[in-house]
Amino acid sequence: MTNPLPNPIEAAARATPAPVARRLRGLSDRAIAWIFVAPTIFLLLAINIFPLIWTVRLSFTNFAANRPNREVEWVGLRNYERILTDEGTWANMQTTAHFLVWTIVLQVVIGFTLAWLINRKFKGNDLVTTLIVLPMMLSPAVVGNFWTFLYQPQIGLINYIVELVTGIPASSFSMLGPGGLAPWSIIIVDTWMWTPFVMLICLAGLRSIPDYIYEAAEVDRASKWRQFWTITVPMVLPFLMLAVLFRGIENFKMFDMVTLLTGGGPGNETLLTSIDLKREAFEKWRTGYSSAYAIILFVTVFGLASIYVKALNKVKER
Amino acid sequence: MKRKILAASAALALVWSAQANAQANELTLCWAAWDPANALVELSKDFEAQTGTKMNFEFVPWPNFADRILNELNSGGQLCDLLIGDSQWLGGAAENGWYVKLNDFFAAEGISMDDFAPATVRAYSTWPKGEPNYYALPAMGDANGWFYRKDWFTNPEIMAAYKEATGQDLREPQSQKELLQIAQFFQGREIDGKTVYGASIFTERGSEGITMGVTGALYAWGFKYENTPGKYDMEGAVNSPEAVEALEFYKTLYQTATPPGYDNAYMEQSLDAFKSGQVAMAMNWFAFFPGLAADPTVGGDKIDFFVNPAQNVAASTLGGQGISVVANTDNMDGALAYIKWFADAEVQKKWWAAGGYSCHKAVLEDPNFVNTAPFAGDFLEAMGGVQDFWQEPAYAQLLLAMQERVHNFVVADQGTAQEALDGLIADWTEVFQDEGKL
Repeated sequence: MTNPLPNPIEAAARATPAPVARRLRGLSDRAIAWIFVAPTIFLLLAINIFPLIWTVRLSFTNFAANRPNREVEWVGLRNYERILTDEGTWANMQTTAHFLVWTIVLQVVIGFTLAWLINRKFKGNDLVTTLIVLPMMLSPAVVGNFWTFLYQPQIGLINYIVELVTGIPASSFSMLGPGGLAPWSIIIVDTWMWTPFVMLICLAGLRSIPDYIYEAAEVDRASKWRQFWTITVPMVLPFLMLAVLFRGIENFKMFDMVTLLTGGGPGNETLLTSIDLKREAFEKWRTGYSSAYAIILFVTVFGLASIYVKALNKVKER
Repeated sequence: MKRKILAASAALALVWSAQANAQANELTLCWAAWDPANALVELSKDFEAQTGTKMNFEFVPWPNFADRILNELNSGGQLCDLLIGDSQWLGGAAENGWYVKLNDFFAAEGISMDDFAPATVRAYSTWPKGEPNYYALPAMGDANGWFYRKDWFTNPEIMAAYKEATGQDLREPQSQKELLQIAQFFQGREIDGKTVYGASIFTERGSEGITMGVTGALYAWGFKYENTPGKYDMEGAVNSPEAVEALEFYKTLYQTATPPGYDNAYMEQSLDAFKSGQVAMAMNWFAFFPGLAADPTVGGDKIDFFVNPAQNVAASTLGGQGISVVANTDNMDGALAYIKWFADAEVQKKWWAAGGYSCHKAVLEDPNFVNTAPFAGDFLEAMGGVQDFWQEPAYAQLLLAMQERVHNFVVADQGTAQEALDGLIADWTEVFQDEGKL
């Protein structure tokens, strides 16, 4: 019988020169852990935390980034007061909430329905799934541009279809123009683009439900309707809530697609807070004011997301 | 080994030195991406041939021009050695030290501002306005003007229909109200089997579009920014009854005489609408007129031009830019040499011939100037009555406030003209208070 092979760790330890081994032995596990984590923490502090603290500081001043020679004044809470008492800001918040609520509702309903249908086995299932997820693979800039053409009153497909179906002349209304349709137009585009994302998450949830649960329900003679409400919905709910969280955060900061479609117009009908913030910060160059604006939005999103995550955890614990 | 290291070091030094020399012999000129910029590229070949300096160009599309370039200047970037920047930037650029003050250079090189049209010197070169502190050389004169389908205006059937509808002869509009009447006449009319519309005007919300369009009407009604220049006393001037009437006029023009879906249109959309045969008239900057006159579809005999019609006064919205040396340049001598070359009367004549709008008196006061292009006379007339937006360091805030107020009223149909202008005064007052000027 031959001797067993030496343990590679022991072999490496024996091969390590004594001075190096002494140095290595001097570091505790905690120290080694810190060495590995330190670069990440440093980057986090430099890229996230420091700018955040700096933004908080700027929010109490009248600093303008394009006016480096102007004296910076400490204005206390004036920026916050101005923002919170500005009717325009509240109108933009409402516009954002309208966009957020409707896109999420539509995407959840349509996404879940699609996932439920796709979950059934049928010929061409893979192809259909691929076709459905195509929109979310496109760049928002591309989507914004081609929907602008689709919505064009004279040559756009949408107006043409409306005329064909209803008889309303195509050039008599503008989906992106005045008349109250613009907020709905951006909701339609976002829903078209991001419903597949919700669908995929729901599909993952549906496929994670073991078949034996349905089989047990069948044995108990539970109807399909009852199976849906007592098995499918509760078990997919955590996935659905996760999708809502992702879409909520994404749409709260929606910028590119809406900028390309309407630029916030007509008037301020589609002026989301993110577009307004960009205008204040990088077009009007009110850096102090926009810092306060950003802090308010940050606190809002952070607060809402925290509440939501707690609710999500409770649902998962059930 | 030592020899190898020495040779490698020498080679590196040579490469570095060659690179530094190459940079010293290069200039980058930044401007907006449009027709005149292409003309300048051609013109600058003379400068390259004369000086051996390689010219690079950075042209940014108009909608992003201000954003891109102001960010560049603000961050202390070295992209541009020379910049043809908007007139409204002068205040901020001078205050922040972005542009080189050119007085000493002009004096040393014998460049006289008296050789350029006074309105252009004031608008494109001086800060504070009218003071002899020069931060740019007038480079590209421009104003907002109009052009129309001459073939439609001279079509006997259309002329007769207009006479029957209005009792007047169809002609180039002599007033803003006549312009509206003509535009409304063409709106929805069938011409050559196609539905056409009255006029394409500026309605864009994001940058400066609707302000540049609506001020054409406001100035024609006698709009003033202040009661007393330099006092920022806007009440009664900005919201005068004439200003209210002008704003209501622009809204009527938008609502009754523009193509469908024309709610966020600026230069490009105006040109597209005209070139595609959709509209009878269009507003746009004179800078585009050479290209329009030469357009194979709607140019030549089919087009003619007119200056912004007067209502109470003859006035046009100022466009155009001066050329400045960016203070951050690492090739100051080269940049100044370009300015000196560009200021030359002969170069200015070539500039006009190439499609640029010279502001030099040697060009504008030439007795034959009005015959050099179908729009030359209109250009001269327009430049005689140009008015500009605020050129304050806080111009961006002032401009965006007006964009919002005017667009909300004209396009989004919110509130009244009086409310829009009263709100504008409130916005501007807040800006000037922040600036410590009120």
